[in-house]
Amino acid sequence: MLPGWLGVGRLTRFVFAAALILSSHAFAQGPQSTPSIFAPTSTPAIEIHHLSLFALEITGAIFLTVAGLLTYVIVRFRSKGTDDASEPAQIYGSNQVELAWTVIPVLIVVVLFLTTARVIFAIQDAPKPQAALEVTVVGHQFWWEYRYPKQGIVAANELHVPLSSADNPTPTYLKLLSADVDHSFWIPQLAGKTDLIPVHPNDLWIDPLQPGVYLGQCAQFCGVQHANMLLRVYVDTPEQFAAWVANQAKPGVQDSALAAGRHVFETQACMNCHTVQGTVATGRFGPDLTHLMSRDTLASGMILNTRDNLKQWVKDPNTIKPGSLMPAMQLSDDQLDQVTSYLETLK
Amino acid sequence: MADQTLPIHGSLDLTPPREGESTWLETLHSWVITVDHKKLGLMYMMLAIFFLLVGGAEVLLIRIQLAVPNNHLISPQVFNRLFTMHGTTMVFLVGMPLVFAWANYIIPLQIGARDMAFPRLNAFSFWLTAFGALLLYFSFLGGAGLYGMGNAPDVTWWAYAPLTARAFSPGNATDYWALALLVTGFGTLGGAINIIATTFSMRCKGMTLMRMPLFTWLLLVDSGLLLVTITPLTAAQVMLLLDRYLGAHFFDTQAGGQAILWMHFFWIFGHPEVYVLVFPAFAIASEVIPVFSRKAIFGYPAMVAAGVGIGFVSLGVWAHHMFTVGMTSAGNAFFVLSTMLVGIPTGIKIFNWVATMWGGKLRFATPMLFSTAFLFQFLAAGLTGIMLSVAPWNWQLHGSYFVIAHFHYVLVGAIVFMVFAGIYYWFPKATGRMMDEKLGKWHFWLFLIGFHVTFDTMHFLGFEGMPRWIYTYPADRGWDHLNLVVSIGGLIQGVAVLIFAYNLVSSLFKGKIAGNDPWDAWTLEWSTASPPPVYNFATDPVVHSRRPLWDIKHPEDPDWKYE
Repeated sequence: MLPGWLGVGRLTRFVFAAALILSSHAFAQGPQSTPSIFAPTSTPAIEIHHLSLFALEITGAIFLTVAGLLTYVIVRFRSKGTDDASEPAQIYGSNQVELAWTVIPVLIVVVLFLTTARVIFAIQDAPKPQAALEVTVVGHQFWWEYRYPKQGIVAANELHVPLSSADNPTPTYLKLLSADVDHSFWIPQLAGKTDLIPVHPNDLWIDPLQPGVYLGQCAQFCGVQHANMLLRVYVDTPEQFAAWVANQAKPGVQDSALAAGRHVFETQACMNCHTVQGTVATGRFGPDLTHLMSRDTLASGMILNTRDNLKQWVKDPNTIKPGSLMPAMQLSDDQLDQVTSYLETLK
Repeated sequence: MADQTLPIHGSLDLTPPREGESTWLETLHSWVITVDHKKLGLMYMMLAIFFLLVGGAEVLLIRIQLAVPNNHLISPQVFNRLFTMHGTTMVFLVGMPLVFAWANYIIPLQIGARDMAFPRLNAFSFWLTAFGALLLYFSFLGGAGLYGMGNAPDVTWWAYAPLTARAFSPGNATDYWALALLVTGFGTLGGAINIIATTFSMRCKGMTLMRMPLFTWLLLVDSGLLLVTITPLTAAQVMLLLDRYLGAHFFDTQAGGQAILWMHFFWIFGHPEVYVLVFPAFAIASEVIPVFSRKAIFGYPAMVAAGVGIGFVSLGVWAHHMFTVGMTSAGNAFFVLSTMLVGIPTGIKIFNWVATMWGGKLRFATPMLFSTAFLFQFLAAGLTGIMLSVAPWNWQLHGSYFVIAHFHYVLVGAIVFMVFAGIYYWFPKATGRMMDEKLGKWHFWLFLIGFHVTFDTMHFLGFEGMPRWIYTYPADRGWDHLNLVVSIGGLIQGVAVLIFAYNLVSSLFKGKIAGNDPWDAWTLEWSTASPPPVYNFATDPVVHSRRPLWDIKHPEDPDWKYE
């Protein structure tokens, strides 16, 4: 690994990309593995991006001016060996100069404030269109619950929303709630973050213009596993989204061949916390598992949803995610196999 | 060179010192029972430097953990305690004691007084602070309580509700955190009252408020801020303890309490606190820059007004820490404006320091090197602060590494740099010996490089969406290389601080003898012996201008003709 100069390479690339964006206002080609705030693909993030470039230009210009002046002073007025011991001329101040460097910053503040205020109102007070999808997001230690009240769907950790476009805007409005402590919902490419605070419902909207999987994570410290409260947002084409909704709306699969696994699930403590629609399992402390296998990841985006990972997770979640609130259920090997097989049918 | 013109008319007493005659136990005893402002100032300073090393060690562990992705060296539980303790330590056990270290040692000397107004309150305040510090660190032993739970606070240094409720933070760690802040808070209030009383009532003859050195002025404003802001913090800690033990429901969201209430209480303390911590840096810069530029401070009245102005405006900006909690758009806009307004008096200060250097003869001894770097870094920190005040952009940057970069630019790039400047500047006065210049330059350049490697890089991690408080991160996010760079910079800073510590100790015993006035400076502390006698001045000084020693050294061109 050659981290030093690769890091510099990244910096250079960033500076170059920033210059490119400044000049052309070109935007990113969809989701990226590095969730950069300078690659926005949704209106709130794009507006913030424009504003941030304006603020960067102003602050950058101030920095260059003052730092340049300071550098000049250091070079020009450093004492030289040839100086005699006399003191320089004493100057106590100048009202004109001081007035000038008070008034100019005031003007800059006025401009920056008005520009900022415009974007605040444009994003925060945007009217909700009829076609908007509504999703309630509930933050839990340390996972995400998504409820689609109009569709009757409950999902977890992987949020599916439809693609929006200029001629067919279908934004998604998120209502943000918390079941326990403060969390914060942050997908940098789609929008700024908004906190999920108990008994203090918040709103956030996105209208993703590029399909794909967007990454983010909880941005407000929420306890032991704050670091692994990862977020994945799937922006589906309208067809994909309709298919996903249709699948999620179905009840859990009933397969008599797997009755043993289901029996384990419903007689051990699993069902105290988890729901499988269409069965007696209606717990709400943990993620809804009705369509567990439709998700790519487990443990709030930490690991891929494979049989081995699933089995290890059920066996002892703390070996994967230390501090997870799901306890190890002390299942026997047989029970573990049976319940894993049962979970694998929940497509 | 200027020693012939000193001291101020008989301000020196020539009675020989008696220190060499006591045993070490008597010496220790004399420090424990002392009410002398200079000894207390040095004790505050030693407390701060000790905890600077402790907090620094904590953050080095954090940076080792984050150097590579998917690291499991440190468990999430321990990591969360480390950053909570790092933040709490640096703010309450380093930054705050430093305010009183400077104020105690320098203010009575600068205003020609023999001690602070309330010497016993002064000692009491110090011991409260020290006891609070012990209480916080005792949590490593006693924090688990009977529950077998975590053994040090792990709720971040701002401890947002309801994570601090007993449901989410069992055990006693959070109680130690709250009690420690309560106790150090009382010490802080005592110190602040003392500084205000001293500056208002103990100034020597001729020293009007508008002749008071800027250093003293800024620490006076600082103390006023402390009186206003420690109060809500103390109230909040009491409310938290009531919640935890007596079933009050101030912050208990499951019983009608409000998480947002804690945020308001905390940040109406927490934001002015940033200025509380940075004012000593301004104060030191306002002494060092003129002396090493060989010029009077440019625009003294404007500098005083800007200091008072920052103090006032800083009380009305707290909710810029809360742009993401779902305030109304009008509320957000208000705090955008108030926050941006802070930039104006702050800008005036920077411009006036630069104007002081303009036309001077700049001598780049170690204190001036640190002060110059401070000017660049504080400028950058102020501008990233303006970026963060742009609320919509804040929705992206808040809680990310950009914020960490921003406030460390203030806390390290401005405050720690000026603390070093101040120590190099006043060490000769306090000990009678000079610090080693060569080691000082090594310290400066290494620390400067380490600082920029670490904190410049952090801004970019924030742009790339890395949130703070995470004990590890996935490898595919593209954050790995920059994090390694950040960690390497941290180690460089660690080495620089060790050089500083070595310089401090070795200069104490082997440094060149300093004399009364090694920097050819102008304020009253340089007119008395180094180290000053217990009574500071044998006779009360009388001053006629802001720079009494300039007047003595330049009788042909005294300041009082122009003020």
